[in-house]
Amino acid sequence: MALYSEKVMDHFRNPRNVGVIEDADGVGEVGNAKCGDIMKIYLKIENDVITDVKFSTFGCGSAIASSSMATELIKGKPLSQALELTNKAVAEALDGLPAHKMHCSVLAEEAIRAAIKNYYDTHGIPYDKSEFPDPSDADEHPADED
Amino acid sequence: MDKMIYADNAATTAMSERAAKAMLPYLTQIFGNPSSLHTVGQIAKEELEKARASVARSLGCEPREIYFTSGGSEADNQAIRSAAETGAGKGKKHIITTAFEHHAVLHTLKKLEKEGFEVTYLPVGSYGYVTAEQVKQAIRPSTALVTVMYANNEVGTIQPIAEIAEVCRAAGVTFHTDAVQAVGHIPVDVKAAGVDMLSLSAHKFHGPKGIGALYCRRGVPLRTFIEGGAQERGKRAGTENVGAAVAMAVALEDAVSGLTENAAKLVKMRDRIIDGLLKIPHSRLNGGRENRLPGNVNMCFEGIEGESLLLLLNEKGICASSGSACTSGSLDPSHVLLALGLPHEVAHGSLRLSFSESNTEEDADAILKAVPEVVEYLRSISPVWDDLVKGRRKHLI
Ligand SMILES: Cc1ncc(COP(=O)(O)O)c(C=O)c1O
Repeated sequence: MALYSEKVMDHFRNPRNVGVIEDADGVGEVGNAKCGDIMKIYLKIENDVITDVKFSTFGCGSAIASSSMATELIKGKPLSQALELTNKAVAEALDGLPAHKMHCSVLAEEAIRAAIKNYYDTHGIPYDKSEFPDPSDADEHPADED
Repeated sequence: MDKMIYADNAATTAMSERAAKAMLPYLTQIFGNPSSLHTVGQIAKEELEKARASVARSLGCEPREIYFTSGGSEADNQAIRSAAETGAGKGKKHIITTAFEHHAVLHTLKKLEKEGFEVTYLPVGSYGYVTAEQVKQAIRPSTALVTVMYANNEVGTIQPIAEIAEVCRAAGVTFHTDAVQAVGHIPVDVKAAGVDMLSLSAHKFHGPKGIGALYCRRGVPLRTFIEGGAQERGKRAGTENVGAAVAMAVALEDAVSGLTENAAKLVKMRDRIIDGLLKIPHSRLNGGRENRLPGNVNMCFEGIEGESLLLLLNEKGICASSGSACTSGSLDPSHVLLALGLPHEVAHGSLRLSFSESNTEEDADAILKAVPEVVEYLRSISPVWDDLVKGRRKHLI
């Protein structure tokens, strides 16, 4: 199908880092089953570096591909770098997403941030709360969608 | 990919060889304009009228009651607009329909609402049927039109059209039915059904795209939909697509003559697939089993999303469709599945398979193998399914 780039189809067909980390240091879940997408990201963290990452996703092809690409982009990276990952970077790494699917890359960015926030919260690590606004439904679904 | 299995015949069908062959000469040889007085034009005119007579025969009406249109959408628009305008002229501005019509009907009605009409959307219950009694209860002195689809395009449920027509006739209300999914698939006789107006579209029964017809019973006023020349008895201007009309007539003749045999074969295949797919845990059939189009299967699988299901089936050479939000291009899953009362999260995981007589039992075997595999895989990577299995989320089906 020409709806998606070959890169998206590759990550959709053969998603990297699928699964669960039972003893994860941080877990983030964003999205809503009612809207048709949920992403859950598990992080293993040592010395502020993401040593392992896994995901599970309920959603369309681009949601699965975005989760897969996002986990690839943060694996082995320091937390500071993972926090800089933008949805645009995820979409670009996938050679682009159709306009009405951009929210899938937003979800991937939010899932990573949620997992890091969860790591800080569960490990008593202080952080600037204003850097972690609650992901809202409005962010998941840009209003200009048709 | 060795072989493509096309199981999306409710979206469109392949043109039959006979229809395609019938159409070809009109592209180059029989090219005349039916409005021209010369021989070349008059030959085209004659063929156009033969096609009209043939379509009329297939539907059980008179040729003059058939108006060619560009397809189902146009026929729906014209029928509803016309009845609404006629009603408004008598001060009647109420219309009755169902919650799960095709958008060609629903969007036309939405527009009429903005223009001051009031529309009653009858609920279709959890199995996808309305009753004549519901229509009867909803009719008011101000009702200008009842429009109820003959068979639903997503879940395949067939409505009690003759009974609804009787209720409308008794109340003196015009009755239109969108029969785009019914014609050529189940017996449709406009006189026996007693409808005032009926829409059909050729590409749903192996005819060409871009041609359809509106049946409008003699005596029922029909307003001009496209202004211009006097084609289609002044009701729809534009030089006629003669070849497409001829091909539609041929396709309809074949569909009607092969209907009983094809339907029996399809019902068998449909029921085998439904029974097989229902073995997948936490799956459900959408729409009732009785009074269902012979080739329609529509299922939901909990914990997965429809678009990824379609993409993976496509990888396995199976073409199907879904009512998930991602495939509808909007944020909400299909209005049809929501009208059946399905929760959003379940409606996202829907799959529609629609068959034609060219599908084989081998196709059914391949589908019965592929769908459970894909559902199982998608569940294995789904956090929703994980929650369901671990009891953190309640099963809805
Ligand atoms: C029930 C129903 N009505 C109307 C239409 C529109 O028909 P067409 O594509 O010929 O405009 C369709 C097909 O998409 C349909 O299934």
